[in-house]
Amino acid sequence: MEFERREAPYLAPTANVAGIMQQVLLALVPAAIAHVWFFGPGLVFNLLIAAAACVGGEALMMRLRGRPAASALSDYSALVTAALLAFALPSLTPWWITATAALFAIIVAKHLYGGLGFNIFNPAMAGYVAVLVAFPMQLNLWVAPRMGDIDYQFLSVLQTLQYTLTGNLPDMLTYDQVSRATPLDAMKTGLNDLRTTAEIRSLPLMGDFGGVGWEWIGNFIAIGGFWLMIRKVIRWHIPLGVGAGLLIPAGIMWLLSPGTEPSPGFHMFSGAAMLCAFFIATDPVSAAASPRGRLLYGAGIGFLIYAIRTWGADVDGVAYAVLIMNMAVPAIDRITRPRIVGHSNNAGAP
Amino acid sequence: MPSPAATYELGKLHGGLRLDAHKSASTGLPIQSPPLPDQLILPIEQHVGEPAQPLVGIGEHVLRGQLLAESPGTLGAPVHASSSGKVVAIEPWPVAGRRGDHAPCIVIECDGEDRAVESADNPAPWAETPPDDVLRKILQGGIVGLGGAVFPTAQKLMQATAGELEYLILNGAECEPYISCDDMLMREHAREIVGGAQILLHALELDCAYIVVESDKPDAIGQLAAAMTDAADERLVLKQVPTIYPSGGEDQLVQLVTDREVPSGGLPTDVGCLVQNVGTAAAIHDWLRRGEPLISRITTITGDGIATPMNVRARIGTPVAALAQFAGGYTDSARHLVIGGPMTGKSVSTDRVPLVKATNCILVLSDLPQPGPELPCIRCGECAAVCPVQLQPQQLFWYACADNERQLRSHGLTDCIECGCCDLVCPSHIPLTYDFRMAKARIREQEDEKARAERARRRFEARNERLQREQREREAELTRQKERAKQAGPDAIAEIMKRKQQDDGD
Repeated sequence: MEFERREAPYLAPTANVAGIMQQVLLALVPAAIAHVWFFGPGLVFNLLIAAAACVGGEALMMRLRGRPAASALSDYSALVTAALLAFALPSLTPWWITATAALFAIIVAKHLYGGLGFNIFNPAMAGYVAVLVAFPMQLNLWVAPRMGDIDYQFLSVLQTLQYTLTGNLPDMLTYDQVSRATPLDAMKTGLNDLRTTAEIRSLPLMGDFGGVGWEWIGNFIAIGGFWLMIRKVIRWHIPLGVGAGLLIPAGIMWLLSPGTEPSPGFHMFSGAAMLCAFFIATDPVSAAASPRGRLLYGAGIGFLIYAIRTWGADVDGVAYAVLIMNMAVPAIDRITRPRIVGHSNNAGAP
Repeated sequence: MPSPAATYELGKLHGGLRLDAHKSASTGLPIQSPPLPDQLILPIEQHVGEPAQPLVGIGEHVLRGQLLAESPGTLGAPVHASSSGKVVAIEPWPVAGRRGDHAPCIVIECDGEDRAVESADNPAPWAETPPDDVLRKILQGGIVGLGGAVFPTAQKLMQATAGELEYLILNGAECEPYISCDDMLMREHAREIVGGAQILLHALELDCAYIVVESDKPDAIGQLAAAMTDAADERLVLKQVPTIYPSGGEDQLVQLVTDREVPSGGLPTDVGCLVQNVGTAAAIHDWLRRGEPLISRITTITGDGIATPMNVRARIGTPVAALAQFAGGYTDSARHLVIGGPMTGKSVSTDRVPLVKATNCILVLSDLPQPGPELPCIRCGECAAVCPVQLQPQQLFWYACADNERQLRSHGLTDCIECGCCDLVCPSHIPLTYDFRMAKARIREQEDEKARAERARRRFEARNERLQREQREREAELTRQKERAKQAGPDAIAEIMKRKQQDDGD
């Protein structure tokens, strides 16, 4: 009898890229629901626009590169980029800003570097920084969270859609009525005005750790992240690294001067820190390779987030921290190579 | 009285995989004995090392246990006739070889009588034989490592005795899925294994042997413990290791059992350990106690392409087709035939291939999922997490694509044991093991090329040097002659000139 030949191993593979990306998307669902609950339906519109732009950009670039578009689209990685962008952008964002960020992420940060697996920079963060630089005013416009503020004017689904499509608020509404400072903004301006952290934390938009709403979204992001860890889609090294890199300096400074330094909990539950720890920094393509390298990479990001928030001009700093550490990856990989079994050192020489 | 209960103190193995065992399908029946086949196909080379030379001619009648082929010197292992019959051909035949699809084989038409060759010397009790003679005797038995590597056992033992040995490790950690021949051997022939261990300890002049079994084989552990209790030999220790693939790899087992790392490019003997498969120990026992050379082995016939998966003790040289038929034949879904296990075995295109000393498993599988499409590496690092040698396959893959030999070496390509773990977990479905095997072959080729170029260069330089030396010598001779002429003075020159004129005049 004749048989068909194959190369070993002859067992079915245990994972696939599309499955990993789908699980990442699934892990974001609880946080997305919380986001919509607290900040309105803007996230959904952002997500749809970013997804359309990412998928379109991916298809276009694959075509221009003379490769089958279907293979790139079926790996879901463009949708993960879109989802991360949607979370990073304010829930009220005009569509062209979202589209610009998405196209920059896919075309410049991803495909001009060679596509999936070859991009040096985290595409979502590169896209976010591109629009942060280009449209600083719009990107600082955050609506107040539900339950945060009694004077606050809520936007309906239609009003949100109208703003997303036109960039104009409905008649009779001003920016002051619908938007509020983010907790990080409030903290930064408050400290600049020489108020104490306790005073700032007594503002109505502050919650137990971070801001009202923000901290709940943070909780759900952490739940999704832990689920990914259980599923072994991500490993613990990068989240722990980011957490340690952010919390240790924040904790030390806070213990030394609790009146002028926000608490570690505030840092972790504000801005994009939690999202970064579990979903952004864990993008394997642009991260370090080895477990020790990933701890170091994560710690670098965490520390840079703290440094930028404390001493820098940007209020959050997550995107810059990630991009800077992306640049450090080759060096980190070089110094953190694991020792091969049977070798006496990690330079690879026997 | 030694405690026969298995002990656990273990070193740590990096990575590895917990795979579905698929073993119970073939362990339901006791070891079966298929009938003698009509034809036996015996590859002349069934071992790593020097090729053997055939000692019989076409048309010659041979008896069971008769020597058919032998290697010159001690490197290699002889091949014996597995049954009696007539040699009908010595020709290339399809095999599941590492080096090619065909190999020279001696084909025997069996006469069905299975007559054994007269044993020349009645084996003396091994315990009274000097260790060196025991080793020589093992060499004559044609015994090779039955775990799959088929390194000639005698050679391995002789090399080992040159160094400082501490432990003999008998490998019963049959970690690859589907394969159960060692498990069945341990269940049914624990005494032979224990006996083989004692012979080996005697031959190696050692006093500690670990018999290592995976934790998912309670029956085998029970039988071994019972046999060890009967033997009452305090030098034997039963050890249990976790069921993780590839804990049964030689270097990995040493690491697990002794917490010592075999140095890169080295052998377990470099850290005082000698590893033998339990099947090899039993074969040594059978040869020294019963005078039966290695003419049969236990093999697992299994997979969803086989009607009745089982273990058989079959004669070396039996065509796989005959064994598959004995095991109820193929199911309708049979598509792939793999000689060896599902992680490291070799897929062949025909069942005409014979059972050889290395064949621990005949795996017939239905449709495998289509490989690919191969996606780009996303550097998820799962491959590095499971690599038992702690390589970074994602980085190696990168350098393999770039054919960067220096980086491949420094990232440990040659340390790769080709276990296939990285391949299995890769979400991009990159055939990493295959790529690494190819990269290794390329490096070997480049090395050969370099060696050839180096030889040519040295020859060229030697020639140049010789020419220069000759030139120098000629010049020196000329100067010497000139010197001599000068010293001789003008009279001598005049005389020479005169003689020359006279010569010219004649």
